[in-house]
Amino acid sequence: MHEINTNSTNTPPIISCRDVHKWYGEFHALRGVNLDVKKGEVVVIMGPSGSGKSTFIRTINRLEVHQRGDIVVDGIELTHDVRNIEKIRSEVGMVFQSFNLFPHLTVMENITLAPVWVRKWKKEKAEEVATELLQRVHIPEQAQKYPGQLSGGQQQRVAIARALAMQPKVMLFDEPTSALDPEMIKEVLEAMSDLAESGMTMICVTHEMGFARNVAHRVGFFDQGNIVEIGPPDQIFRNPEQARTKQFLAQILH
Amino acid sequence: MSSSSTVLPPPTERYAVLRWLKQNLLGSWRDVVLTLLGIYIVVNIVVPVVRWVLTEANWAVVTTNMRLLMVGQYPIEQVWRIWACVLLLALLIGLSWGLWISKSIGDTGGRSRLVGIILLLVPPLFALFPNGIESLPMLLSVSVLGLIGYLAATVLTTQQSLLKRLTTLGWIVYIPICYVLIRGLGDLLPVVSSNLWGGLLLTLLLTAVGIVLSFPLGVLLALGRRSQLPVIKWFCIAYIEVIRGVPLITVLFMAQLVLPLFLPQSIEIDRVVRAMAGITLFSAAYLAENVRGGLQNIPRGQYEAAEALGLNAVQKMTLIILPQALRIIVPILVGQFISLFKDTSLVTIVSLLDLLGIANTVLAQPNFIGTQREVYFFIGVIYWLISYTISALGKRLELRQQMSAI
Repeated sequence: MHEINTNSTNTPPIISCRDVHKWYGEFHALRGVNLDVKKGEVVVIMGPSGSGKSTFIRTINRLEVHQRGDIVVDGIELTHDVRNIEKIRSEVGMVFQSFNLFPHLTVMENITLAPVWVRKWKKEKAEEVATELLQRVHIPEQAQKYPGQLSGGQQQRVAIARALAMQPKVMLFDEPTSALDPEMIKEVLEAMSDLAESGMTMICVTHEMGFARNVAHRVGFFDQGNIVEIGPPDQIFRNPEQARTKQFLAQILH
Repeated sequence: MSSSSTVLPPPTERYAVLRWLKQNLLGSWRDVVLTLLGIYIVVNIVVPVVRWVLTEANWAVVTTNMRLLMVGQYPIEQVWRIWACVLLLALLIGLSWGLWISKSIGDTGGRSRLVGIILLLVPPLFALFPNGIESLPMLLSVSVLGLIGYLAATVLTTQQSLLKRLTTLGWIVYIPICYVLIRGLGDLLPVVSSNLWGGLLLTLLLTAVGIVLSFPLGVLLALGRRSQLPVIKWFCIAYIEVIRGVPLITVLFMAQLVLPLFLPQSIEIDRVVRAMAGITLFSAAYLAENVRGGLQNIPRGQYEAAEALGLNAVQKMTLIILPQALRIIVPILVGQFISLFKDTSLVTIVSLLDLLGIANTVLAQPNFIGTQREVYFFIGVIYWLISYTISALGKRLELRQQMSAI
């Protein structure tokens, strides 16, 4: 696990969430969440289902709309202004539980689509970057295949490459391995660890304890719409302070 | 104890033909009964029809009126312009065949080549039958141009993307070019008034324009229906529900009578243009609902992935959502376009003489009274051929997208 540059303690966090609330009708899904993420930091969020952890990270790139509180990403405030939203979305990459690759396009086309149309790159440059990324996730030979022809683990790695092609400053992972067969989870977690090593700022919602222990700088326990406890993995896993944290860990560590 | 002599399987296993007969026609008692019933039907219905077609029918009604049936009252000396359209079509089809159809995934090449050869032989064969038009050189040119297009597409392997772009451009401008050719242009080309257009020419023109114009309109309506802006949304809903609530005949009448009221007196629109407008507006409403059905089948995750990558609304729709939605509804679209093609026969109600309308005028000729069977059989075959072509193209499209996508 790499160390974050401690000289950067004075620079503003790359993601800053203050008192974020969200309601679904009457249901209070997010209850005043506060989180600051430094550049290069890997934060893992875990918690029981229905706790709001996926909802929370989806507010960061506006896939969910927060009703109260402030979210600032890379200095840009997340408001109803469409231009802000689009700027933030091009700096924040997301990897989904169900991959969400575009089935009518080849792997190469999936990856080069956004850089060509959003960043306005030339096709050759986009393909160069795409080939490099496919090599980074160890599947360069799949470039001309269609997503339907790949295994789950390969598809998720393509999804990671697709998000990275936009050269984002932050990567969000929403339970990236939950839909995978056990033998494919490892290859995806390896790709994510490599990414963390290279200094990417990452927020991951996951149940993979091994990953959290080895790769995360901080682990947060999310329950009933808020972060109950957050700290370095050693602290959370060995000496959790809150009762709910202890209860959750007891249930999943067997 | 085994002997070294070979034991042959029964004859039905040895010979493919016998095996097919046994499996498909004589497999069980029910199959035997159905086979006998089928033979009875064939013998009692198909054979008399074929006999009638070949010996008893008075085909003179069709052959003497062939030009009428094909192009209506289009002046003879200008018919070369229609031939020009047909030749251009042959070239485009030949190119498309070579560029796309014969290279299909999963196609063994052999079968599509066979179909292609049959298609090439049809025009000259048509000329050999007594058909009332002196057209052998033209029909031969049709086949030749088709062949040239195909050969160009298959031989010029290095310029494939250029050819594809040219051919796509060709298809895009084909209908406007045909319209100009058929109509005429000021002094360059003598104008042929649309009252004289008729027969198969008019049917195909109405169908082509109807399909090409109603498609984008239908897509826009479907997207508008999902819009967040209430004005757009309610306008689209109102349009779709009103148009779907009335028969096509009503829409055609409205187009003929009401459209001129909206425009200043000096501008007069062609009756054919009014019919095209009616058909387009009608078809667009149904298309909108079909597209909406396709859109509903796209999982939310596709929208989210597109948004997360930073694509704006237009990019999201045109690059990600619509390509998938349209591919899903290809069978429905094919059905709708076949219906459109056959519905053009309703323009006889507004005094336009399409294929069916001309057929009725032909039947009114004094020397051909009572030849309904021949005339309707002939145009029935034409309607069937074109409908089947649309259906076969649709199936081709389905196969392609099955192999490439999900």
